[in-house]
Amino acid sequence: MSTFAAVRTPWPALVGARSAGEKPCAPFVSCPAAHGLHRTHVRSTRLGRPLLAVSSDVLSGKKPLGSNSSPSDHAVVRREEALVLYEDMVLGRVFEDMCAQMYYRGKMFGFVHLYNGQEAVSTGFIKLLETRDSVVSTYRDHVHALSKGVPAGAVMAELFGKATGCCRGQGGSMHMFSAPHNLLGGFAFIGEGIPVATGAAFSSKYRHEVLKESNPNGLDVTVAFFGDGTCNNGQFFECLNMAQLWKLPIVFVVENNLWAIGMSHLRATSDPEIWKKGPAFGMPGVHVDGMDVLKVREVAMEAIGRARSGEGPTLVECETYRFRGHSLADPDELRKPDEKAHYAARDPIMTLKKYILENSLASEIELKAIEKKIDELIEDAVEFADSSPHPPRSQLLENVFADPKGFGIGPDGKYRCEDPKFTEGTAQV
Amino acid sequence: MAAALQTAALLSASHNLIDPQRFRVGLLARSLPGRRGSIFVVRADGRTSGFFNAKSRSGNLITNAVATKADASTSSTASKPGHELLLFEALREGLEEEMDRDPHVCVMGEDVGHYGGSYKVTKGLAPKYGDLRVLDTPIAENSFTGMGIGAAMTGLRPVVEGMNMGFLLLAFNQISNNCGMLHYTSGGQFKIPIVIRGPGGVGRQLGAEHSQRLESYFQSIPGLQLVACSTPYNAKGLMKAAIRSENPVVLFEHVLLYNLKERIPDEEYVLCLEEAEMVRPGGHVTILTYSRMRYHVMQAVKTLVNKGYDPEVIDIRSLKPFDLYTIGNSVKKTHRVLIVEECMRTGGIGSSLRAAIIDNFWDYLDAPILCLSSQDVPTPYAGTLEEWTVVQPAQIVAAVEQLCE
Repeated sequence: MSTFAAVRTPWPALVGARSAGEKPCAPFVSCPAAHGLHRTHVRSTRLGRPLLAVSSDVLSGKKPLGSNSSPSDHAVVRREEALVLYEDMVLGRVFEDMCAQMYYRGKMFGFVHLYNGQEAVSTGFIKLLETRDSVVSTYRDHVHALSKGVPAGAVMAELFGKATGCCRGQGGSMHMFSAPHNLLGGFAFIGEGIPVATGAAFSSKYRHEVLKESNPNGLDVTVAFFGDGTCNNGQFFECLNMAQLWKLPIVFVVENNLWAIGMSHLRATSDPEIWKKGPAFGMPGVHVDGMDVLKVREVAMEAIGRARSGEGPTLVECETYRFRGHSLADPDELRKPDEKAHYAARDPIMTLKKYILENSLASEIELKAIEKKIDELIEDAVEFADSSPHPPRSQLLENVFADPKGFGIGPDGKYRCEDPKFTEGTAQV
Repeated sequence: MAAALQTAALLSASHNLIDPQRFRVGLLARSLPGRRGSIFVVRADGRTSGFFNAKSRSGNLITNAVATKADASTSSTASKPGHELLLFEALREGLEEEMDRDPHVCVMGEDVGHYGGSYKVTKGLAPKYGDLRVLDTPIAENSFTGMGIGAAMTGLRPVVEGMNMGFLLLAFNQISNNCGMLHYTSGGQFKIPIVIRGPGGVGRQLGAEHSQRLESYFQSIPGLQLVACSTPYNAKGLMKAAIRSENPVVLFEHVLLYNLKERIPDEEYVLCLEEAEMVRPGGHVTILTYSRMRYHVMQAVKTLVNKGYDPEVIDIRSLKPFDLYTIGNSVKKTHRVLIVEECMRTGGIGSSLRAAIIDNFWDYLDAPILCLSSQDVPTPYAGTLEEWTVVQPAQIVAAVEQLCE
């Protein structure tokens, strides 16, 4: 029996049942009543009310935990874990704010996509992973890199295009890679990373079954992050099929922030409830409030646990929101102020801070100390990036091939890579 | 449909006027005492390379790769070493040897497993290695190619088969963006030791979409290596080299060449990916070709030799990068170049090759470089029309005569 169905009933939205009296159904059985409820709900939304999310307990206003129990009894995290989550989210937020500052000061260029507001998803999932697990992301990848453990200085230097960046300045904002941290990128085209993530999961299964390399804690897990716009792309569906077919150890995490640049999710998708597309392929589809890191974390624990034990993939739809535009070049004129205000009131960092203080897990002073520490860390990162050298010309032709013989045999019979002039960019081909 | 393709290939091979047995091309590596089972890389001029830490004892290798006439070949084949097989079997042998050698090598593609591959290249491998190592994928080229790339990034060495090269157009996103570029954009952190292979080229009335030549589309992708095999000997050698290479390699096979028969050595051998093959040394003109057109060229050469010409024929094999060393030496000798290819006229391998030769060897040319390519048309179904889209031996003869005036 799926453990998702056995979650305590105080969380009504986990499997999509909307009304209070509705019994939550198992995720991969379609619930006609809930389905009908959903349809009515969508229709009424389209009749003229402002475009808000259709499928979340965010709007139903239900309290996630029983309100008549004392706060400290129901804390779902320990103090240490809560502080780790808090620090990680603050790191993501402060880093992205600093990115915006640096961009407008002319330190970085091109397309920069910031993650403000979505920190709960990154922190909620990635802080549960081990180093051997892989993360695959999209162009909105700075915070995924930070959560996975890539040093802030390396990420900032990469954004500045310096040689000390995590990709030697060759990748940029949209291509964050880190082999020691198993961060497999950073992809500019949406949907492009999902097959790569599927491949990493395939590799994990292959190592276990063919190469007989077993870890006592279970399989290496891959977590693929992508957005709502990607869920209309063929690669998404093709990979859901393959992952479930071969029971690959992967978690597909949809960061549904309702907008793909200026395209509202509702205007682009025939059935906007993305979690339902999981059961269509035979895997559990879960919907979770992506503005609450503790809820995300609880769902993530289940999904990662499933993957690790070999039960196969899970599709998790996190309803979240980006506080800034699509990128730093986006004027962000289409989104209504009341929608933005609605989600700003549910800022994941504020929510967690409130939770920590209410449950007496830490004091205000300790949280302030963490924030100060992060501020200093980010300033150090900027200083590191600023003082790092630009890549020299000789770097231009390095890393094009893993084996430089791919550049061929030159007119003089030597492999071109052996010709120093070639890598200095002055050689004749 | 796949069965029809195989039948078509069989029919075409049997009607093929060229008997590949008569062209003992490439190198025959003699078995030397004490070297049984050792791996060595043989270059076209007989030099061995230390790529695989082989001891170099190049003295006993046969270095003259001449297209021997059938009646003169008795001396070199008196002891008949090696074994005879068809090109698709040679590919399979290479693949199987590499899968035995390294458990990280795996195959993925449509119908490669239980069906054995639509051209039988992977026949028998799934029962031997299991369904995970020889993976039957659903029909989702972009995604399973991307999956292969993700697997390559995380330590495996996949061989991705496109049932027909044309289907890989659907995988162009992954091949261009991830396969070619990912090593660079990650700053060298991840390598993609993937092999993408499949049959392409104009067959026998297969229609426009199944007769595409993708080498022209892929050649611009930075970070990718392209090779084209043309004989069972180089098919096996290039397959093994491609699998062992740390770079992503696209191996182009040809639908009509799968049933070529040749005797290949018993010993293990690996060829050099970046090297061209001297098919027939000569003096009057350099003819550069690859894949199926090699056989049209050799057929034309018979006529040309009778007319008194002495063409030098080079199978360039490595489509990206070009082996400018071998080609350059030839141009310096003959001063005339004819390129015969199956790509379209516009933007094909021939046009790039022409540009590269002009850039590097302009001073050595006595005549403009002629390039014979296929017509810029979608390949028609009708047999007569299809014949006229590709280069025929008569055109090659005429071109050489024109060059040598």
